Amino acid sequence: MSAATPPMAPPLRPTLRQRAFSERTVRTLKRRRVVSGAMLGVLIAAAVLAVLPLIFIFAHLLKLGIGSLSWDFFTKMPKPVGEAGGGLANAIVGTLILIGLASAFGLPIGVGAGLYLAEQRGTRLANGVRFLSDVLNGLPSIVMGIFAWQFLVRPVGHFSALAGGVVLGAMMIPMVARTTEEMVGIVPVSLREAALALGYTRWRTSLAIVLRTASAGIVTGALVAIARIAGETAPLLFTAFGNQFWSLSLKQPIAALPLQVFSYAISPYDAWHSLAWAGALVLIALIFIISLIARFATRARFATGGGD
Amino acid sequence: MTLPDGRAVVAAREGEGATLRIHGAPIGDRVYSGAITFFALCVPLLLLAIAWEIGVAGWPTLHKFGFGFLTSSEWDPVTGKFGAAPAIYGTIVSSIIALVLATPLAIGVSLFLSDLAPRWLRQPVGFLVDLLAAIPSVVYGLWGIFVLLPVLRDPVMPFLRDTLHLDKTGLFTGPAYGPSMLAAGIILAIMILPYISSVSREVLLAVPRSQREAALALGATRWEAIWGAVLPYARSGIVGGVILGLGRALGETMAVTMLIGNRPEIAASLFAPGYTMASLLANEFSEASSDAHLSALMAVAFVLFVITLIVNAIARWLVWQVSRNTSGRTA
Repeated sequence: MSAATPPMAPPLRPTLRQRAFSERTVRTLKRRRVVSGAMLGVLIAAAVLAVLPLIFIFAHLLKLGIGSLSWDFFTKMPKPVGEAGGGLANAIVGTLILIGLASAFGLPIGVGAGLYLAEQRGTRLANGVRFLSDVLNGLPSIVMGIFAWQFLVRPVGHFSALAGGVVLGAMMIPMVARTTEEMVGIVPVSLREAALALGYTRWRTSLAIVLRTASAGIVTGALVAIARIAGETAPLLFTAFGNQFWSLSLKQPIAALPLQVFSYAISPYDAWHSLAWAGALVLIALIFIISLIARFATRARFATGGGD
Repeated sequence: MTLPDGRAVVAAREGEGATLRIHGAPIGDRVYSGAITFFALCVPLLLLAIAWEIGVAGWPTLHKFGFGFLTSSEWDPVTGKFGAAPAIYGTIVSSIIALVLATPLAIGVSLFLSDLAPRWLRQPVGFLVDLLAAIPSVVYGLWGIFVLLPVLRDPVMPFLRDTLHLDKTGLFTGPAYGPSMLAAGIILAIMILPYISSVSREVLLAVPRSQREAALALGATRWEAIWGAVLPYARSGIVGGVILGLGRALGETMAVTMLIGNRPEIAASLFAPGYTMASLLANEFSEASSDAHLSALMAVAFVLFVITLIVNAIARWLVWQVSRNTSGRTA
């Protein structure tokens, strides 16, 4: 719809008032632009400032850690103060054992709970469990450690690798449950329906079709959870406890990299400090390798997602 | 009659035109649903077990000292006097410092990523910030001891105190040893930054484009669009992220233990060493000699458990509210 165009009016000279108004508008506009530019600058500064600590931490880890890394570090046992050399072989193996125990305990429960959350979505129990698993995820790890001590160590009377593995596994449960739920949730319903229509029972459909389809994503989630618990120290203080000697027994205290880094870091000896840096570097490298594998697993999921 | 898979077959109609009906679910289905229900129930059971075990173990202390346990600042295992006030104070103060430092930074970086950064820069910067969450607490502590503390001791603390004359506020006074409430707060700020920023980034990205475009079309500058249209829309989600970060800060143990100085006293100055509940537990738990001492530590753990439980529940509720609202609005 077009209104009739009014006849061309002769151009009016703006009144004084109009001119003052427009100048004020221009001035405020200028000021608003300056404020806007400044605030955008602040945002950029915030982004830079947020990334800086990471760069510093990595720079120091590399600078101070690599110097202390050697073949001995991976193969030798810790030496007493004053003796040169020595490594953290027992702590590295201990951490791997603890990760294995934690996965054996935490993964099945986490995946099972995630399946429940995905399949019973919307029920009162599922909503409650989902909420509580988020709450559990936020509990301080030291509280988990003290619980594990009271529950697993105190009745037995001694620290053990098993208690350490179980507490780390318990910390994995909420993380694994939530990613499993998410990954099972994005499997198309038609896939499940097709399996059921072909006469598959529900449990076989869930495990052989749905869970298998979601498996790459679940593996990623599991690896992320493992990466997170691999560096946990606080829950191990009163469970795995640490061990100066070579031990593979699940019933005995066991050494772990984070524990070793902690006790070396707060020790007064320079040689131990550099071992702490090396230990921290190895720990970070371990976590990174796990995270990288997780990323590749995700990529594989997207790659096959189109093909299937 | 039963089928091999455990389902019962019953006659539904007798006589002519008799039919059979299969009742119940196959035994495999029943086992499966029982199993996953059990696994799901493990989560609440675990929480209950934690509350019960720690609560029962801490009960003697909570019963004996009552409310005074939270307000008394005398902590002496030898005489059997236990007051957790310094630890509670330290936990709260170090977390507040962390929030004050981390919140603007986290919101800033999230806004940068959601509204400002060119597309190619978004993923790498977001990844780097998220990476902060992957660094173990003990590595933060190590870095704090050997890098952060010396820097604080020499240029930073004297600068705040003498050059900026902030000692008049009472917060930045006293000798600059290094291990202090301030150091713990700073390391906590770095540690909770990724948690706050990942939640707020998600919320900010969920703000509809139309919201921004409408503000810009009305003549707002880019900052005014962010301040007036984007941030209010995302506010409660960001608050949820901040509270989530608070939950992390309250319970963080290793890095704080290594940097806070571990002295059970309440001091107004942030340069003074302090204590948190988590660091108290980390330091004294394995050396607890008497049952009373152990029970007092359990009581501290219980208080920490309850506080973080409440904080986390509030945060989850807020974030959940936002995700429900935004998905409702965009759908």
